[in-house]
Amino acid sequence: MADEATSRDYDVAVVGGGLLGASIAWGLARRGERVVVLDEGDITKRASRANFALVWVQSKGLGMSEYTQWTVRSSKAWPRLADALKQQTGLDVALQQPGGLHLALSDGELEKRRDMLRRLHNQPGAADYKVEILDRRAVERMLPGVGPDVVGGTYCPLDGHVNSLRLFRALHTGFRMLGGTYLPEHAVSGIEPLAGGGFRIATENGAVSAGKVVLAAGNANRELAPLVGLSAPMKPNRGQIIVTERLKPFLHYPVTTLRQTDEGTVMIGDSLEDRTVDTGMTLPINAVMADRARRMFPMLARANVVRTWAGVRVMTADGFPIYNQSESCPGAFVACCHSGVTLAANHADEIAGQIAAGRLDPALVGAFSAERFDVQTAA
Amino acid sequence: MFRRLPDGKTGTIALTIDGAMVIARAGDSVAAALLLAGLDHCRETPVKGSRRQPYCMMGVCFDCLVTIDGVANRQACLIPVREGMKVERQIGARDIAAPSTGSTEGRA
Repeated sequence: MADEATSRDYDVAVVGGGLLGASIAWGLARRGERVVVLDEGDITKRASRANFALVWVQSKGLGMSEYTQWTVRSSKAWPRLADALKQQTGLDVALQQPGGLHLALSDGELEKRRDMLRRLHNQPGAADYKVEILDRRAVERMLPGVGPDVVGGTYCPLDGHVNSLRLFRALHTGFRMLGGTYLPEHAVSGIEPLAGGGFRIATENGAVSAGKVVLAAGNANRELAPLVGLSAPMKPNRGQIIVTERLKPFLHYPVTTLRQTDEGTVMIGDSLEDRTVDTGMTLPINAVMADRARRMFPMLARANVVRTWAGVRVMTADGFPIYNQSESCPGAFVACCHSGVTLAANHADEIAGQIAAGRLDPALVGAFSAERFDVQTAA
Repeated sequence: MFRRLPDGKTGTIALTIDGAMVIARAGDSVAAALLLAGLDHCRETPVKGSRRQPYCMMGVCFDCLVTIDGVANRQACLIPVREGMKVERQIGARDIAAPSTGSTEGRA
């Protein structure tokens, strides 16, 4: 049986070549697995190219303390990931973890934030990490140039950001350098378990076989997971981003909705919409985003906007990650999460290692099973 | 390297480029004035410090960014010269925090 499973074209097929799929695929290839990534084409809606690139801890995990712990773990493992990619590929993903701020533009906003963080930290099993509540003076010391409307904020030393496009490129480059096979224009249409172990995976451009299959297709996991006895309830939403011209560095900490990239542009991203069909921008939302950014940093009123875009966020039904191995089709795994950047270090290390070993570690990721959705809905 | 073709423009306009007086014709773009002034570059890029000159002359390549009357990152090819205009080559990224950046008022 093991012989048949290892005679497949590949040890592992990863479905989806975004940040999550690429992180897992790179981690698997580093462990010596023969890996194929089955991806869609360049025009696919891809959160990996639309995201805000924060490595973010504060505010994560209200309702599930394991998610906070998982996020803290990844934030701490991130320097190792950045170093490994740099050493292997020569690409610097520009990881900066000076800590990050969330700014409040009214006393009400600050009180709401304080209350949310208090509830987050009072959860049983809450991760032990520091978030400081800052008054205006403390914010001013960290962010000179902050506007008069900013009443205070919160600061978490574990927060940071990267150049996520370069991360995307580095993972793919590293994966190929390790002998991994990347197949674009291979959208998956069917997955069939094979007698003796392994899977036959049908795509728009032919089929491949693999000993294991990992579903890392973002919101499309919703349709793919049932093919192998898994489930991935998703609830995607849409976000918009505004980008300014390159500016001299003035913002030395990332802010939840605003950050200055390593190359000088300022990204502003402060929106959430339910509709996910189109990719167009909506002026009223952009105007609110720009206005809040200007209130936080009045000098931004002088900056020129050079790009805007909208992207669809990968989001599970409750916002927390899903990692599962199928009981009915062992060897089939599903991985979904919103924070493909923040959790990249965990995916490349822990998740890839556990998939290579053929077993997800219940102590580490048991809480993220989709079984949590299997409770009956009250009539 | 560049010389003016007979194009019927009349009237001279005096401006400065990095403090040096330059005479242009009414209707010239700032980029044309930069090229005619014989400079070998009009800016250095913010990330790698590469030298750049006006290139497309029609507003799409953004290689002609200069500081005009204290406002950086302006597209020289889209802005006509004005009497007394102060043009500076732009070295690196725009600094919106510096008071010398000036306001955006009076932009073309």
